[in-house]
Amino acid sequence: MNFLDNIFFALLLAIGIGYFTINVKKLIRNIKLGQDVDRSDNSSERWKNMAMIALGQSKMVKRPIAGFLHIIVYVGFVIINIEVIEIIIDGLFGTHRVLSFMGVFYDILIGSFEVLAFLVLVAVVVFWIRRNVTKLARFTSSDLNGQPKNDANYILYFEMVLMTLFLVMNAADFHLQNLGISHYNSVGSFPISQFIAPIFNGMSEGSVVIIERAAWWLHIAGILVFLNYLYFSKHLHILLAFPNTYFADLNAKGKLNNLESVTNEVKLMMDPNADPFAAPANPDAVPAKFGASDVQDLNWVQLLNAYSCTECGRCTSSCPANQTGKKLSPRKIMMDTRDRLEEVGRNIDLNKGVFVEDGKSLLNDYITPEELWACTTCNACVEECPINISPLSIIIEMRRYLVMEQSAAPMELNNMMSNIENNGAPWPYNQMDRLNWVNE
Amino acid sequence: MSENLIVPTMAEMMAQGKQPEILFWVGSAGSFDDRAKKITRAFVKILNKANVNFAVLGTEESCTGDVAKRAGNEFLFQMQAFMNIELLNAYEVKKIVTCDPHSFNCLKNEYPSLGGNYEVLHHTQFIQQLLKEGRIDFNKDTYKGSRVTFHDPCYLGRANSEYQAPREILSQTNADVVEMKRSKSSALCCGAGGAQMFKEPEKGNMDINVLRTQDALETNPNIIATGCPYCNTMMTDGVKFAHKENEIKVLDIAEIIANAQNL
Ligand code: SF4
Ligand code: SF4
Repeated sequence: MNFLDNIFFALLLAIGIGYFTINVKKLIRNIKLGQDVDRSDNSSERWKNMAMIALGQSKMVKRPIAGFLHIIVYVGFVIINIEVIEIIIDGLFGTHRVLSFMGVFYDILIGSFEVLAFLVLVAVVVFWIRRNVTKLARFTSSDLNGQPKNDANYILYFEMVLMTLFLVMNAADFHLQNLGISHYNSVGSFPISQFIAPIFNGMSEGSVVIIERAAWWLHIAGILVFLNYLYFSKHLHILLAFPNTYFADLNAKGKLNNLESVTNEVKLMMDPNADPFAAPANPDAVPAKFGASDVQDLNWVQLLNAYSCTECGRCTSSCPANQTGKKLSPRKIMMDTRDRLEEVGRNIDLNKGVFVEDGKSLLNDYITPEELWACTTCNACVEECPINISPLSIIIEMRRYLVMEQSAAPMELNNMMSNIENNGAPWPYNQMDRLNWVNE
Repeated sequence: MSENLIVPTMAEMMAQGKQPEILFWVGSAGSFDDRAKKITRAFVKILNKANVNFAVLGTEESCTGDVAKRAGNEFLFQMQAFMNIELLNAYEVKKIVTCDPHSFNCLKNEYPSLGGNYEVLHHTQFIQQLLKEGRIDFNKDTYKGSRVTFHDPCYLGRANSEYQAPREILSQTNADVVEMKRSKSSALCCGAGGAQMFKEPEKGNMDINVLRTQDALETNPNIIATGCPYCNTMMTDGVKFAHKENEIKVLDIAEIIANAQNL
């Protein structure tokens, strides 16, 4: 009879983890659709960044309230999940609180889980209020309407339910322990749930056991559902913040990459000895496209960025273009990139592993030139992002496509560029007048 | 305005078989824009006063290509870069100073992978060095009692993490230096970067420079200090927009120091 429980548990676990694995594979495949970029240098600095920024949340605390609450939820979440180890062993082998042999240490563990669970509950409620009652601007702007807005709230509800289940489970256990029911040995310490336990007074022993079991099952089932919801949610950042900060650009923020494909062409153009009709080294190579019009043209770090984005909107709220009412929102750039990448991924799944042209692209169908041209390249968004995402790098790639593949720069910029070509200055002045300032 | 500036060119130096201590990269704005030319002159006055052995490229200088790059024209950028690098390397330039944070960033960060490796300094960094070495001094009381607020240029600040040099210079003037509510890494852009200087802004409800000038005005300044020719133009326009041009001056750090030297 008890066997059935264990088999059912094993099955639940296998489905939960199996589905998660399938989605992780899909995620990795999608990220690999991006162009190659080398981020294998400087591993010590990269580890350091990851430790400081993802683990230590050093950039979160720049907004102290949100930062502090986020750290509680984060630490709480990570630590409380140690409990999952015990749940899995208990579930598979039909034991109860198998780790309690650790004695006092176990008491401390359970006690601190409880305190954290309570703090997480409080933090989550405050988060919910910030989002839904006080309506912080960056949480109510139009780029979040629909799924993204619900997504944020779902997770808050999820956390509330999971934490409540955890505390109810403990409270029932504590109650049963006090009654001296066999199977429920007196172990653990319950600084929070002991105050919940009295609600079971007067209930029949059997009902409390059912409540305890129900909370236990729902808790682990909830965790598995949560795990699998991640892929569809901005909460993927829980996992991806780590690789994302590790692989982030380490150069000075002002440095834009130099396009190598362009270097080759420019050298050819400037070298009088180059033979323009020489056969290309690799005649089958697809001619390089300059800049990006779709997700496959971006590099894999930019695609990883898109999956990691928390949609917190810190970038957008610091963007000068956005603050002055222009259409540009760096957060939307990241969300659009992810949406399009998902669309391309689904296309590949439907077509047995190959992408079939769908007549759409990231440029125009998702991101408009108007947004791209509003950017001042000020790097405020990059500076603000708590996990080192660079919306600016995507903006630049798409401008490159507009200018070099489509000659679609705004008129005034075309004038500016032809001035540079002709006079060596963005203005229509003669290069020979460059020193006139000396005698003025 | 016709004090004699001493401005040797690299070509002249070369003809005399000399190598200057620094190359002063004037930049397109500093060469052609009427307001920016004053900044260029102020900086040269400081160099002259400090007896810095410098030279400019003069008519051989060309646009760094920075603005083309940020507009997305990598071709044009690299053409400009290769031309400039060829010239700079031919003159065996080692150290460059410029008053334009955009040129500064581009020469410092983007030229190396195309073969242009130089030590590049922003003029505020260079002035700070001159002060430290005691090569210049100025009348500390010129700005006594004035309130000065410094607007961080994106390409000096966030782009290259230089927040201290301009502030250290200002702190030596005996002026009251007041920070805007957004400063250093959280400073707001003046609105000119990324090629915006050369086009009309996209549709919105305000121009960026107006918003940034509001930040500055909140500190009740007598002087808004800048370290970039484009920021200077943007803030000057912002001050005019607020009808405060009679009360508030927008001055580059170089001008602030040159004025205090009574040059
Ligand atoms: S770099 Fe562009 S997108 Fe990012 S904050 Fe500045 S203007 Fe906005
Ligand atoms: S890019 Fe960074 S700052 Fe912007 S919404 Fe995403 S996580 Fe937040």
